[in-house]
Amino acid sequence: MTCSPMILIDGLTKEYWRNNVVSGLSLEVEKGELFGFLGPNGAGKTTTIRILTTLTKPTSGKVFINGFDVTHDPAAVKSQFGIVQQHMSLNRDLSVRENLEFHARLHHLSPQVRRERINELLEYVELTEHADHLIDKLSGGLKRRTMIARSMLHRPRLLFLDEPTVGLDAQARRRVWDLIRRMKADGSTVFLTTHYIEEAEALCDRVGIIHRGRLIALGTPLQLRQRLGMITVEIQGPGNGTDYRFFPDREKAAGFIRSLYGEEKVHMRESNLEDVFVELTGQKVLD
Amino acid sequence: MLSSLARRFWTDSQDAYTILWADLLILKSRSGRYLLTTLISPLLYLVAFGWGLGRGMSVNGTSYLEFVVPGIIALTAMTASFNGAGTRLNVDRLYFRSFDECLMAPISLLSLLLGKALIGVVRGFISSLAFIAVSLLLSPGFHVGPLFLIELLLTCLVFSFLGVLAALLAKTHQDLATFSSLILLPMTFLGGTFFSLNQVPLGLKMALYALPLTHSSICLRAAAIGQPIPWESFLALAAFLLMFSLGSMAVLRKMSV
Repeated sequence: MTCSPMILIDGLTKEYWRNNVVSGLSLEVEKGELFGFLGPNGAGKTTTIRILTTLTKPTSGKVFINGFDVTHDPAAVKSQFGIVQQHMSLNRDLSVRENLEFHARLHHLSPQVRRERINELLEYVELTEHADHLIDKLSGGLKRRTMIARSMLHRPRLLFLDEPTVGLDAQARRRVWDLIRRMKADGSTVFLTTHYIEEAEALCDRVGIIHRGRLIALGTPLQLRQRLGMITVEIQGPGNGTDYRFFPDREKAAGFIRSLYGEEKVHMRESNLEDVFVELTGQKVLD
Repeated sequence: MLSSLARRFWTDSQDAYTILWADLLILKSRSGRYLLTTLISPLLYLVAFGWGLGRGMSVNGTSYLEFVVPGIIALTAMTASFNGAGTRLNVDRLYFRSFDECLMAPISLLSLLLGKALIGVVRGFISSLAFIAVSLLLSPGFHVGPLFLIELLLTCLVFSFLGVLAALLAKTHQDLATFSSLILLPMTFLGGTFFSLNQVPLGLKMALYALPLTHSSICLRAAAIGQPIPWESFLALAAFLLMFSLGSMAVLRKMSV
């Protein structure tokens, strides 16, 4: 059991109305890894997370969390993970502290441990002064930090962060990034879904790209960029369209630019994960 | 074996209380407003039907006021329990979307179901007791003994679980309102609350026996005027409780892995 990966997905398929939302997905996430799960809206990210977190039954395939089978042993799986969902899932009629207290009680923490951890986590996410405020009175960033604190309260080995920075301003987003880095530094495994490419590049050890329910690329951000070509040349011709060419290094890219007729606008830059995604799917990540 | 069952029972009870605890916090923060609003509708029924329409009338040898008060108590228990459990769960599921938090927690579905139903029972009981207190001032002739309270508790349980079932099946907020209009509203006026079932044709009478409120009214009325327990209605209420709780559990199981 100790050698098993934190997440093991084998041939996972989820079908709704004869339409495969997730199709034959196989994936392993190691303990302590910060894994990014990228894809456009409707790609199957949230469905996959719902299956991993026991909220949705898979149509076929196997899923294990820290060695526990999600379908056959959901009770054991439930104490292994914490989750920050994409949507606000706090009870807005309760205060920050009451929401945390409720979660701690659901996870059977003793009164003393509850008190200690809640105070500790309120400090961790810098919410101490807002502890007794009703959720409805908080900004989006503070609500998100409450959800992060809640997800960590029972000290799970695995954290699912489903679009944790969606709708946040740049400053609040950076703050959440810092928290995610701290989670990893503290030894947690983090499964992050996002459609912010720079977020995945800044945070993730490895990235999987899902498109139309299928995993179409898997590797470190560097590996994925290397497979595509580290240098991108954007060529804007006389029409409206922009063409992209990828090269392993600047020298080859410069050679290509010299071979052009000179009527096009040309821009050379480093490739990023978005280039990988567009090249693989023909679609923008935010589409 | 026995100790593991006892431990399981203890854990499930604690977890059900945890679910209830969050809803109790909300109720506590709005207790004054809740008591005031919950009394308005039964008091209006009492004034309109008990004092207004029914003044000087008698039913089965008792004054209409004494006849109608237990019916309004059953009605109050129904409305407060159904809304207390159903609306709260509906808000948690579809508006706050915080119900997933409970589904992902390491607690049994039984605890979750019970906890969600218990807030309806608490609200139903509070509303009914508040109305009973006011009614006793106006119509001191009826008895509120242990049997009456047991039957009131059974009524609250039946309609709490009906509320939970409706909220679990609802796909939108409107669905629950539609359910109330189609099921609860007709039951309010036809469930033996304001008139005796002996006054209606046999066919309609049999149809009205299919409504749980009819049996609540019959049970509470008998207890209030000191008559023996109407076992058929008591067992019918127990059967409704079983049906609604098993139905809720089946829907909840379908929702969860």
